[in-house]
Amino acid sequence: MNEVKTKNSMAFIKALNGVRDPAFALITAIVIVAIIIAAMGYNPLNAYRALFTSSVSSLGGWGETLQKSTLLIFTALSFAVAKKCGMINLGASGQLYMGGIAGMLVATTFEGLFSPIHIILVLLAGIAAGAVFGAIVALLKNLFGASEVVTSMMLNYVGQYFCTYLISGPMRGPGTDLAQSAPSLESARLPMLISGTRLHAGLLIAIAAIILYYFFMERTTRGYQMKVVGMNPSAGAYAGMKIKTNQLIAMAIAGGLAGLGGAIQATVINVRLTIDWAGNYGFDGLAVAFVGGMAPIGIAIASVLFGILLSGADKMQMLAGVPSSVIYLFQGIVILIIIGRELFDKFDIKTLREKHKAKIQNEKNLSAEKIIILNDASDRIPGKFVPSEAEKAAANANYAAKQISAAKAVVTKLLADKEVYEKAAADGDEGSMIMAKLAARQADDITKAAERMISERAAYEKTAIQKGGEA
Amino acid sequence: MEAFLGSLFQLAVPLLLCACAYLFSEKSGVENIGLEGLMLTGALFGVLGSYWTGSPYVGALLAMVMSMLLSLLFAFFTITLHSNQIVAGVALNLLASGITISLNRVFLTPANVVRVNGFHNIAIPGLSQIPVIGAFFNQTTLGYLAYFMVFVTWFVFYKTDIGLKIRSVGDNPTACDTVGINVNALRYKTVLYTGIMAGLAGAFISTGQLSAFSENMVSGRGFIAYAAVIFGNYTPIGVFRACIIFALGMAAQYRFQALETPISFYFWMMLPYIITIVALCLNRKKSNKPKFGGVPYIKS
Repeated sequence: MNEVKTKNSMAFIKALNGVRDPAFALITAIVIVAIIIAAMGYNPLNAYRALFTSSVSSLGGWGETLQKSTLLIFTALSFAVAKKCGMINLGASGQLYMGGIAGMLVATTFEGLFSPIHIILVLLAGIAAGAVFGAIVALLKNLFGASEVVTSMMLNYVGQYFCTYLISGPMRGPGTDLAQSAPSLESARLPMLISGTRLHAGLLIAIAAIILYYFFMERTTRGYQMKVVGMNPSAGAYAGMKIKTNQLIAMAIAGGLAGLGGAIQATVINVRLTIDWAGNYGFDGLAVAFVGGMAPIGIAIASVLFGILLSGADKMQMLAGVPSSVIYLFQGIVILIIIGRELFDKFDIKTLREKHKAKIQNEKNLSAEKIIILNDASDRIPGKFVPSEAEKAAANANYAAKQISAAKAVVTKLLADKEVYEKAAADGDEGSMIMAKLAARQADDITKAAERMISERAAYEKTAIQKGGEA
Repeated sequence: MEAFLGSLFQLAVPLLLCACAYLFSEKSGVENIGLEGLMLTGALFGVLGSYWTGSPYVGALLAMVMSMLLSLLFAFFTITLHSNQIVAGVALNLLASGITISLNRVFLTPANVVRVNGFHNIAIPGLSQIPVIGAFFNQTTLGYLAYFMVFVTWFVFYKTDIGLKIRSVGDNPTACDTVGINVNALRYKTVLYTGIMAGLAGAFISTGQLSAFSENMVSGRGFIAYAAVIFGNYTPIGVFRACIIFALGMAAQYRFQALETPISFYFWMMLPYIITIVALCLNRKKSNKPKFGGVPYIKS
């Protein structure tokens, strides 16, 4: 009974810690942005009031907020999936464009198709186009070693110009001189959830995507492999996982998610493809992913928070005159504070104590190393010296002895590591489980090698005595 | 042909200013994907400074100072707090986007500022009359400075003590620390220097080429400068070559747009970005990438 209680409180503290950083980051960012707004000569209170009243105080406001959250969920998941596998996907914007284009192609053709089938085709087209665009990034990295950070960013421009090319040429809507496509057919649009708002059934798909993301990452082998590859590529390779395949799949999923979001946004909200229709949505998702800590529930909450900001930003510009682009400032500050976590840990007494301990341990290790070096020096005898067979064997035996003691030290350390990992694994951290197994395996291997050395050493010592006797 | 070369020389200027400085930061072990944002900041403050005082030189100075302050923030987070450099760079880009767009809407849009005083070309008598390459000797002051900086970079990189230190810090920070080099202080210096020069590059984009600011006007050139260092295999001459090749792509893009080729001009607009991707894919047998590039140095 007591045990359950402590376990529960442990989980509570863990959850609290998980919330502490993003909450602190959000509050700090709100304060800093308020100062900046004031410095630009506006009243920050008025600005925030305009922002929040327009986005949360009415049904219509909530509809707009959740509509924005829907797209944010897709782009945030896109970034999170790739990040979990160790890839930085800055290409959500380009993937949105490609998904939107493919979805729109389907949505403007097949007139008279049964609506649910038409919608499913639109969504599948979006996923496929986005996945291909995302996979290109991983392929370029796997085949040629091109940094995914730059290639994904460059592909954003390619996607954007490709879209502009299409809508000013082959896909230009009939009867218009503007660069825009024909409107999506009614049968291809997802239904609205609340009439009179723009909140559409895409929200349900986004929630389903979050749940799928959770199950994929936590309950499937592939998701598990991706996490290991992301956390520790060499450990993953050691355990026989294919790093490149996992990264390719992660980027394809990431692209697919963004493409799905793009198809929904283009056909339901924008209705037509226009120049620069995807705006900054690709990067908005990045801030959401960081505030949400790449976790399913975190992303869900963060997407609502940022949905409020995005839907209220335009109203803030209209009512209070503050440029809506302060949202980017907000996002940048939030991300910086979250990744600069060490700033707060520095003032944490517990970490300070641990650091002190590590320092003392380090000094101890250093003095131990010095002793070994001194021993080495005494072994080296200056001048021309031809060792006899007996001396050679003795030296070999000596060397073997040193190796054995070194191996023993490594094994002790590995076993200690293993215990630490196992403790973490018992707390439910799955990544630690495989680390514990790896440590155990390595300790095993080294122990075996040490055993071999011991028998070798015995053989050398025997030879040394024999040869010494002969001489 | 002369017009083409003229635009090539001009388009290479911001890339050279930024990439030659960033080479030091990259070599000392700090990867800065936020070059884009730094250039954007420089572009805005270049115009603002010129708008307020009437002098593009004051604008360039303001651009350098503001961009340096922003990179100081970046340095604090990545070097002192050991944050992930790529993510911090993305945050820097978002910050710069927010700052520049907001200030543009506060100061420039309401005042309806269309043009400010920009840099003028200074033709060198005699030399600028040479056929074909004469265009090189008819540039703005910043243009001449950019090409001169290639030489300065090469000299500092190979012939000075600080260049040697920078090159070794990225490859083995621990060893450098043992021989008494202050790794983090050196990294701070390279990051701040990168900020100053990226700001100048941004000021050139807004006041040297167009005399105006528009939102997100850098359009990926910061990333292209970042790629130029990788494609140039982390040497000054290589970076120079890479910048010229990328500028060639941009100049060709403008040329083909004007020529009304059968291929749509939107495809030509993709050209610089596609060239960058292709350049990153050209593998090298021996990369000079610093072994500890992108890894924060934690003194134990």
